[in-house]
Amino acid sequence: MTDSQIVRPYGDTTGDGMVQVSFTLPLPHDKVAEGAAAQLANKMGIDPALVVHAKPIGAGYTFFVVYGRVNHLVDVSQVEIVERDYPLLTPKEANAAVKRSLRRRLVVVGGCIGTDAHTVGIDAILNIKGFAGEKGLEYYRELKVVNLGAQVSVPQLVQRAREEKADAVLVSQVVTQRDAHLLNTREMSAAFRESYPAGKRPLLVVGGPRFDETMAAELGVDRVFTRGTTPGEVASFIVHRITQRKAS
Amino acid sequence: MTGTTGKPGKPGKLGLDPAEFKRARALARTVGRPIVSLAKKHTTVSVERATLRLAGLQGADADGIPWVNRLTDVVRADLHEQGGLAHGVALPVWDALRRGEADDLATLAQKASAGSIRFRLPEGREAKAATTAARVAVGKGIKRIDARRVERERVIKKVGDAPRTPWIYLIVATGDIYEDIPQAQAAAREGADVIAVIRSTGQSLLDYVPEGATREGFAGTYATQENFRLMRAALDETSRELGRYIRLTNYASGLCMPEIAALAGLERLDMMLNDSMYGILFRDINPIRTFVDQRFSRQIHARAGIIINTGEDNYLTTADAVEAAHTVTTSQLLNEYFAKEAGLADWQLGLGHAFEIDPEVPDSFRMELAHAMLARDLFPKAPLKWMPPTRHMTGDVFKGYLLDGFFNLVGALTGQGILLVGMMTEAVVTPWISDRDLALQNVRYVMNAAGNLHEDFRPAPGGFIVNRAQEVLGETIGLLEEIAHDTDDHGDPPLLAAIADGTFGLMKRPPDQGRGLDGVARKARDYYNPASELLEAK
Repeated sequence: MTDSQIVRPYGDTTGDGMVQVSFTLPLPHDKVAEGAAAQLANKMGIDPALVVHAKPIGAGYTFFVVYGRVNHLVDVSQVEIVERDYPLLTPKEANAAVKRSLRRRLVVVGGCIGTDAHTVGIDAILNIKGFAGEKGLEYYRELKVVNLGAQVSVPQLVQRAREEKADAVLVSQVVTQRDAHLLNTREMSAAFRESYPAGKRPLLVVGGPRFDETMAAELGVDRVFTRGTTPGEVASFIVHRITQRKAS
Repeated sequence: MTGTTGKPGKPGKLGLDPAEFKRARALARTVGRPIVSLAKKHTTVSVERATLRLAGLQGADADGIPWVNRLTDVVRADLHEQGGLAHGVALPVWDALRRGEADDLATLAQKASAGSIRFRLPEGREAKAATTAARVAVGKGIKRIDARRVERERVIKKVGDAPRTPWIYLIVATGDIYEDIPQAQAAAREGADVIAVIRSTGQSLLDYVPEGATREGFAGTYATQENFRLMRAALDETSRELGRYIRLTNYASGLCMPEIAALAGLERLDMMLNDSMYGILFRDINPIRTFVDQRFSRQIHARAGIIINTGEDNYLTTADAVEAAHTVTTSQLLNEYFAKEAGLADWQLGLGHAFEIDPEVPDSFRMELAHAMLARDLFPKAPLKWMPPTRHMTGDVFKGYLLDGFFNLVGALTGQGILLVGMMTEAVVTPWISDRDLALQNVRYVMNAAGNLHEDFRPAPGGFIVNRAQEVLGETIGLLEEIAHDTDDHGDPPLLAAIADGTFGLMKRPPDQGRGLDGVARKARDYYNPASELLEAK
C-alpha cells in the first residue's frame, strides 16, 4: 500500500472524473444566479460544470444541481484510517475468552447520555435482537449488559458504572446539533477520569453516526465507533482490550 | 374524512368485524379506568402550579425560578404537617390573600419566598371564603382560555382554513425564538399548515417552565409563555398574508405538562404533543406523576379546543415495526380512552403512527398500508398523525427520498389528518432549506398525483392487507387482555404493573420509581382545586 495509487471519480468511463453536487445560494433565481453556481462549481475544481437544475426556493434562494468533471486526483495510499487492531471474535470465542481471562462475567454499562433520546444505536449494539444479522451484546452469556436507555445524565452513568463495577461503558450519541455529541462525550470522559484512579477506569467506548473514528484520543475515550458498526465488532473490541488489560 | 362504504354493517375499508373493535375498546376502558381513579386521587406540584398560572401568576425571581414554583414550594413546606400539597395550594394561597398578606399573587409569592409569610390551612367560613376567592381568580384564566378558543374560530373564519387534509406539518428548531420566527413564516409560505417548534432537548426533565423570550436552546427552543405568544403573533400575521390559518404546535409533555398545557391554552396554541405514556417510557418520569399530569393537561386541551398529537411513533423507534405494530394500536386505544375521559372530542385526537418498517423486509409497503388502514378504520373520526420514516433513513438521501414518497403515498391512501413531512436528510443533518423544499415537492407530487386514489382503492377481501390488519388487531386484543390481567406485589392497577414489567417499548418503569415522584401528593378529603372543579364541570 506504500505505492501511490491514483484514482479519479467514475461516471461511466474510467478516469472521467465526473461528480454531482447540489447546493443552495442565497440569490433569486435568474441568469446571474446560474452563473454564480457555475462559478462556485469551478472553484470546487469542477470544470466544465454543467448546471443541470436550478429551482427557486422562496424569493431569495435558489437550489442547484451541478454535474461536471473534477480535476482533482485521489492518492489512495495517502488515506488515513483507523485499522482494526483487535481480532474479530464469534460470540462463542468472546465468551470463552472472558471465562478464561476474568473467571467472571464482563460487565458492560451502556446508555445515551445528555438529552439524546435516540436509543436506536445503543439498542442495536446491546439488545439481544442486534443489528445487521448479528446478535446484540445481551446475547453473549459471559457479558452482563446494563442498558440504561435514553437521557442518562453523566453523574448517573458514572454512579451506575461504579455500582455495577463496569469493565466497559458504552455510550451512544445520535443528536449532533451544535456538536452535542462531542461536548457530551468530553464531559463523560472527564467525569470518569475524575471519578476513577488512573488505569482503573472502565473502558470507554462511544458510537454514533456522526463521529470520526480518529477522534478517540481527543475525546478522552478508548474507542470511537461510527456508522455501520456491528455488535460483533464492539464485543470483540471490548473483550480483546479487557482480557489484554487483565493479562498485562 | 374517509368513507365508511365497506361491506354492509362493517366499518371502514378493511371490513374487519366491528365486534372486535368494540371488544378492543372495552378492554382499553377496563385497563384505563383504574388509572383514571388513581389520577383523581392525586395531585402534583405541576398541577398546582398550573392552577396558579391560570390565576395569572407569571414571572420569575432573579435566578429565573418562576414565582409559581416559589409559591408552591413555600406552601408545601408550611403545610408539611398537614400533608404538604394534599389539600392543594388554592386554599392556603387565597386564605393568605384574604388575610391581607399581599395585594396580589405576585407580591404574595415574593413575600413568601423571602420567608415573611406563613401559610395555613383555613377552616370553616374562612375556608369557604378562600374557596370562593380562588374560584373567581382561576375562573378568569379559564375564561381567557375560552376567549382564545373563540378567537381561533373567528380568525379561521376570517382568513380561511388549511385548504385540504392532510395538514402539512413542519418543524422548526433553531434554539432561538427570534430565528424560529422567520423560519416558521418561511415554512408556512412554502406550504406548511402546521408549525411545530421543537423544544430544547432536556426541557421535559426541568421541573419548572423557563420565563421570557429565549435565544439559547439545545436542538430546540424552550417552551415559554412569551415564546408561545411571539410565535403565535407572527403566525397570525403570516396567516393573514397567506389567506389560511397556520396552526402552532408545541409539547405538553415532561414534568411540567399541566403548566405547558395551561400556557398553550392561554396563548392560543392549536395542537400539543401529549401522549399518555411517552414520559414514563422514554423519559423515565414516574408513572403516577405522568398520569395525574396528563389527565389535567388533557382537560385543559379539551377546553381550549387544542388537538392533541399522541406519540405512538416512538414505540417503533425502539422496537421492530412489524413485531411491535400491535403496541401502537394498543397505545392508540389507551390514548383514546384517556383523552375522551378527559373531555376531548374525536376531532381533537391526533393519534400517532409511523412508517418505520425496515424497507428490506418483503411486502413492507403492504404492511405499512395495512397498519395505517387499521388505524383509519378503528378511529374513523380522528385526525390521525402520520409520522415519516426515521429509523431506516440512512446517509443514502436518494433512497430516503423514495422512502418518503412511499410514506406520503400511504398518507394519501389512508386519509391522514396530519402529515409530518419526512426529510431525506433525516439521519444526516438538521434540515437545510433545500431539504425542506424537496420534501414539500415530494408531498405535493404525491397528493396531486394520487390524493384521490383512496376513492378507487379497496384491499381485496381476505387478501394480504386485510389479513395483516386482522392479525395486528388480534394481537392488540391479546395484549390488552394480558395487561388487564397483569398484577404486581403491591396490588397496583394492572396497567401500572404492565408498565413496570416492560410491556411497552421494552422499558421497565415501576410505579415507585422515576423522575418527579416526590412532586406527587395523595389528595386529602378536603383537597380543593378550582381549576379541576371548573374543568370537570364541562
